[in-house]
Amino acid sequence: MSPSRTPLSPAQKLKIAEVEIAVIKDRCKGCGFCIELCPKHVLDYEARLNIRGAHPPYVKNEGCVGCGICEEICPEMAIFMKLKGK
Amino acid sequence: MRRDVITGVYFALGDVACAEGAIAAGCRFFAGYPITPATEVAEHMARRLPEVGGVYLQMEDEIASMAAVIGASYSGVKSMTSTSGPGFSLMQENIGLAVMTETPCVIVNVMRGGPSTGQPTKTGQQDVMQAKWGSHGDYEVIAFAPSSVQEMFDLTIQAFNVSEEFRCPAFIMADEIVGHLRERLNIPRPEDVDLTERKRPKQLPQSYAPFRPDQDLIPPMACFGEGYRFYATGLTHDETGHPQTDSADEQTKLVQRLCDKIRRNRDRIVKVERILLDDAKVCVIAYGSVARSALAAVNRARRLGLKVGLLRLITLWPFAEKEVEEVADDVDWMIVAEMNCGQIVREVERRANHRKVTFLSRLGEDPHTPEEILAHIRRVA
Amino acid sequence: MMQEAHPLEGFTRNGMIPHIWCNGCGNGIVLSEFLRALRELDYDMNKIVIVSGIGCIGRISGYINADAFHTTHGRPIAFAVGVKATRPDLKVVVISGDGDLFSIGGNHFIHAARRNIDMTVICSNNFNYGMTGGQSGPTSPLEAYTTTTPYGNIEHPFNLVHLAAGSGAVYVARWTTIHVRLLRESMKKALKKHGFTFIEVLSPCPEQYGRRNKMPKPMDSMVWFREKSVIRNRIDPLKAEITPNEIVVGEFVDTEKPEFTDLLQQQVRSIEMKLEKEGKLTIVPL
Repeated sequence: MSPSRTPLSPAQKLKIAEVEIAVIKDRCKGCGFCIELCPKHVLDYEARLNIRGAHPPYVKNEGCVGCGICEEICPEMAIFMKLKGK
Repeated sequence: MRRDVITGVYFALGDVACAEGAIAAGCRFFAGYPITPATEVAEHMARRLPEVGGVYLQMEDEIASMAAVIGASYSGVKSMTSTSGPGFSLMQENIGLAVMTETPCVIVNVMRGGPSTGQPTKTGQQDVMQAKWGSHGDYEVIAFAPSSVQEMFDLTIQAFNVSEEFRCPAFIMADEIVGHLRERLNIPRPEDVDLTERKRPKQLPQSYAPFRPDQDLIPPMACFGEGYRFYATGLTHDETGHPQTDSADEQTKLVQRLCDKIRRNRDRIVKVERILLDDAKVCVIAYGSVARSALAAVNRARRLGLKVGLLRLITLWPFAEKEVEEVADDVDWMIVAEMNCGQIVREVERRANHRKVTFLSRLGEDPHTPEEILAHIRRVA
Repeated sequence: MMQEAHPLEGFTRNGMIPHIWCNGCGNGIVLSEFLRALRELDYDMNKIVIVSGIGCIGRISGYINADAFHTTHGRPIAFAVGVKATRPDLKVVVISGDGDLFSIGGNHFIHAARRNIDMTVICSNNFNYGMTGGQSGPTSPLEAYTTTTPYGNIEHPFNLVHLAAGSGAVYVARWTTIHVRLLRESMKKALKKHGFTFIEVLSPCPEQYGRRNKMPKPMDSMVWFREKSVIRNRIDPLKAEITPNEIVVGEFVDTEKPEFTDLLQQQVRSIEMKLEKEGKLTIVPL
């Protein structure tokens, strides 16, 4: 893993929870922060455009560790984690 | 021992009387910056406010002072500031904010010779138009012109009352003479001081809209920390307080209401003093310290058999249009005496037959002497 | 399937999200992290007052579900001083921009810091005046291109950390919008600390600043922050600079000093006691 992709808070011991990523697709403005900064490269741009003309993220790959970076780095409150099954 | 209304008869300085009036009115926050000839208001507030549990803040400039006054008023406290010409100019932008956010507050301008730094220790009445038009945008305010130390006390209480009732800035447009004069001051008993408090919301937070007016065009005012979690901005806004920067309707509605809430009540707000006007053929119009000379001149003229009277303006804004019109109908001449190049006289001319109006200007040091005004009366009477 | 609510839902005003800020604007991150900090501190949202000035970040007060006021340009701190002095029981937070706080508002900042009046000031520093179209400001880097420095900026920018420390702030930190968790921890510290606390947050402005300075895409600014940031806690504020080679971030000041409203209340209490004892007012009007 390249240094620029390590999670930013080494002091926290993250328990890997069973999480799902929820996207409020029409809030996304397409900045790409969540996709580019996900340490596990789990997200990618959807092919379709939302009502804002942006390509919202979707979960493409397995391997999400529930780090929460996508939720925190999103300026639009458009993506967040939730516990699976809830 | 009551600390806020110190009943008694005193030999007091005008500025100090103003400060005592504010405290008697319930003012518990003052933010200001020293400036001649208003510094004594600040100094007296600095000594007295802690005694009544209030806060005195000396801010870094007049702009900050006015901003802090609005902040304190929105925190639920009656607030004021005092200044003179140069500081008054600095405060204008935030006075506009007070108008737009309907903040009750009192601004005292102890006027001096201007423009610019002018003559700090000499009187003037050059800021009277500025009280109404000083900030950008269209709005109404309420302004008083005290003529005596007693009025510095009484009118300051009235200024707080109208600012609380109408949720607008109220001005005490004093001048250096009245501010630095020492005269008898009668501070009444607390039970004889009538105070008005701002309207409070009756609704719960969920159904409260900070700028939704009642029938009287005035919205009830919630303050910080009461659970209303309201939003107020200087941008044009709707009843919920949120910005409406595109809508012509919202702009019209808001600006019109801010003017109407005062215009509709002008009969209650406007105050004048009519002296010897019943059979007068000449009327002198004056305010502030000039009114004192005008009164002396009118009395002397009467002793000479001339039918002269005085219309003393106690409120400058809203202007006493009706009252001036009434007098203009009955008299042959109106003499407006002001310590400027012609400000209130323009309002008088608008309402009276302008050929009947003459203007007596005086700039610098002292107000017109009674002799000067009398000479002019004799010329026209 | 019904769309679930975002975890910060209760902290934003009903119907106000999505906000008006541009794609990739850092203000959204400042807002979210601030709300998360409040949530983690479990603040009584009825006892907080948010004050903001004019600028894109100034709109933030309209998005937070708390008592909020949007002042004239440059004056949120002066307004906040009036609030705090009369209601010391309320938490007062000023969130505004680099121009609002340090150009037109500079005087109010240094005096409030000098007084050590208990409030938290968060500056979203995007190196220009975004709302009016991208003019230069007091934090625009040397040689930067803005609409009013079309040939390159020839003015030195402020070192806001040094300015805040020099004015007397008791807590000073700088982060960027990529340091989300460190930023949030700083915000929590600043909010809890009693005194004048200041956090500078470097923020992307892709539409105005970024576009004119070779960072047109939102990620370009974040990459700049990530690659050039270096955390140096507790170094001399004078040395905590932003240069073409590095962006020094971290916590630089964390001290104690008597706070203004405490001193004020102490004084009022002692005057009270004196009045009770002596039974007459200290000054009779003259």
